[in-house]
Amino acid sequence: MANIPQKVVHQYLRHDKKFPHVWCAGCSNGIILGAIIRAIASMNLDRDNIVMVSGIGCSSRMPVYIDLDTLHTLHGRSIAYATGIKMHKPNTKVIVVTGDGDCTAIGGNHLIHAARRNIDLSVILINNNIYGMTGGQCSPTTPHDAIATTAPYGNIEPNFNVCDLAMGAGASFVARTTAFHVTEMQNYIQASLEHPGFSLIEVIAACPVIYGRLNKKGGAPQMMKEFRDNSVPLAAVDKLPKEKVEGKIIRGILRKEIRQEYTAAYADLVRRVSDNNGGEKC
Amino acid sequence: MQEKKTSKTTKNPEVMQEKKISTATKSPAATEDKVAAVNPAKTESKLSELQNNLERKTIIMQGNEAVAYGALDAGVNFFAGYPITPSTEVAEILAAELPKRGGTFIQMEDEIASICAITGASLAGAKALTATSGPGFSLMQEGIGFAKITETPCVVVNVQRMGPSTGMPTSPAQGDIMQSRWGSHGDSPAIVLYPESVKESYELTIRAVNLSEKYRTCVVLLLDEVIGHMRESVRLPDMANVRVINRIKPTVPPHWYKHYDENQKYLSPLASYGDGYHFHVTGLTHDSQGFPTNKAVEAGDMMDRLRKKITYNIRDLVQIESHEMDDANIAIFAAGITARAAKAAISMAREEGFKVGLLRPLTIWPFPDDAVRKMLRNVETVIVPELNQGQLIREIRRLTKDKNDSNIVSIQRVNGQLITPNDILRKIKEVI
Repeated sequence: MANIPQKVVHQYLRHDKKFPHVWCAGCSNGIILGAIIRAIASMNLDRDNIVMVSGIGCSSRMPVYIDLDTLHTLHGRSIAYATGIKMHKPNTKVIVVTGDGDCTAIGGNHLIHAARRNIDLSVILINNNIYGMTGGQCSPTTPHDAIATTAPYGNIEPNFNVCDLAMGAGASFVARTTAFHVTEMQNYIQASLEHPGFSLIEVIAACPVIYGRLNKKGGAPQMMKEFRDNSVPLAAVDKLPKEKVEGKIIRGILRKEIRQEYTAAYADLVRRVSDNNGGEKC
Repeated sequence: MQEKKTSKTTKNPEVMQEKKISTATKSPAATEDKVAAVNPAKTESKLSELQNNLERKTIIMQGNEAVAYGALDAGVNFFAGYPITPSTEVAEILAAELPKRGGTFIQMEDEIASICAITGASLAGAKALTATSGPGFSLMQEGIGFAKITETPCVVVNVQRMGPSTGMPTSPAQGDIMQSRWGSHGDSPAIVLYPESVKESYELTIRAVNLSEKYRTCVVLLLDEVIGHMRESVRLPDMANVRVINRIKPTVPPHWYKHYDENQKYLSPLASYGDGYHFHVTGLTHDSQGFPTNKAVEAGDMMDRLRKKITYNIRDLVQIESHEMDDANIAIFAAGITARAAKAAISMAREEGFKVGLLRPLTIWPFPDDAVRKMLRNVETVIVPELNQGQLIREIRRLTKDKNDSNIVSIQRVNGQLITPNDILRKIKEVI
């Protein structure tokens, strides 16, 4: 992994236009934006050929800050818009930035179907376990018993394991990391951009101002420490005793397999049918 | 089109379009070509190449088929949709035809995903269309609003069925007239076209695609279920006679580009993703660069721009047919299939000596206010037959304040059956 200097990162920002950003102090979103930019820069991708798409929520404000073709869409629908872009311009790298509520609640349907099609999108799901922008309501990834403004007595619902959900739906690249593990995150983003097929990276992120405060997690540094101490790399899971793994965040590339990518399958179809007939009717 | 109008200048420009203007049969030298084909996409040139070689014959075809072939002839190269009666044939035909022509067909997981996918594809440079019916149209409303606020060209075909809710999926109704205008939250521009025949379904599909590209907005085509499924004999025009409008591409360098430039009657160039313009598109209220704003001045400017785009160009947008209106003292105002019944009723009535005429909007939104007001000035009574509980009649009442309420007569039916010529004839005799 190439080390990308800060100066290069700045070239990717729309800093003359849209800063200061909307995120709270201690929010992980900026760290993740940095990792995305470093991944793009170290791969030397053509900047005219990348589109960043997002939905609604704190994390989905990200595209406005990055100097690419960017699209800030409707709540939950980022993957559907991204599908349209990718299908029309299959050579474009399409990055989807989304949150836990955006992607797994209102957008859950689009997530599973894009995974099933195995369309080549890189979905970066920033999971802070809460709806931050609307002020702290519980999301499908809010842990059982955690406090949210719409679960003031503790959340009685079980939560999604987002990676299992994506794998169950057929995603061909699935990884999980945390906002603390920045280098790892950059590597996974790079791997997902190189992977031909649907990829999902779940980044466990800190929302100290809302989730942290409601659940007495301390400030941002304490939450970061928790990510460090409370997570286990996938490779170590089998070696560690069971009690040291239980309840921990498992980090790593959980799935990486090659199966037919959707735009490639469609291109094959076009080749097959356009050879010997074309618009014979009408 | 515009030149033709000015040559016949009268007080009311909309009336000049009184005689039906057939988009598809216009000569390619028509003046609107000024905005045409600055930079046609590769797939589009392949498409026209294929279609130029076709010999068009007279054939029997359904309204839904006509929509599909109209879309192809207009250069549509992207369709995303979800199956729904009575519009499914549009998707089925395009599923077969688009791949052959290098275009994209994708069946999405629902109608919400469909409108989102066509909007995304359009931003990437595609000419995009989807087709649905009432329930799907309701689901699409938020996405339609997004296409309108972000000024992204796309077309939604709504083959109306009886509602509310699941209603009667294979029965006709004209219940989405108001939804097509006001369905999305907030104030937004609306261009809605309404054909009365299979041939006109083809023509207005092309016009819908052209207007969406020219005005950078989501254009809705309303069909009646019976028009979608009715078979009529049509001869489609040769491709040389089909006028196709493509969006204007920017010629300025990227750092000068404004995604919402205010010039040329609020019609501004549109870059595509991948062109190197690095522009931002958001459903948030935005400034002319496309970045979100909370400033009252910029927010007001954006909303004004959306409104003026329609009001400044109303002469180009409105089409209305006037049928036997010259000496009429009773006017019928009807759209779509109901206007077909009205025409039959009028010929029966005229045989019996009653002076009845018909006004039929091809563009129902923006509503042809001036034309209707003028054309109804000299009639005593207006009959408004429609397959709903009173949607068009509200507009007619609004425009005929000079007339007594009892002179605005409704025929409304919402039981899955059509209004017949005899129903209208009976009403004509009642009001005389």
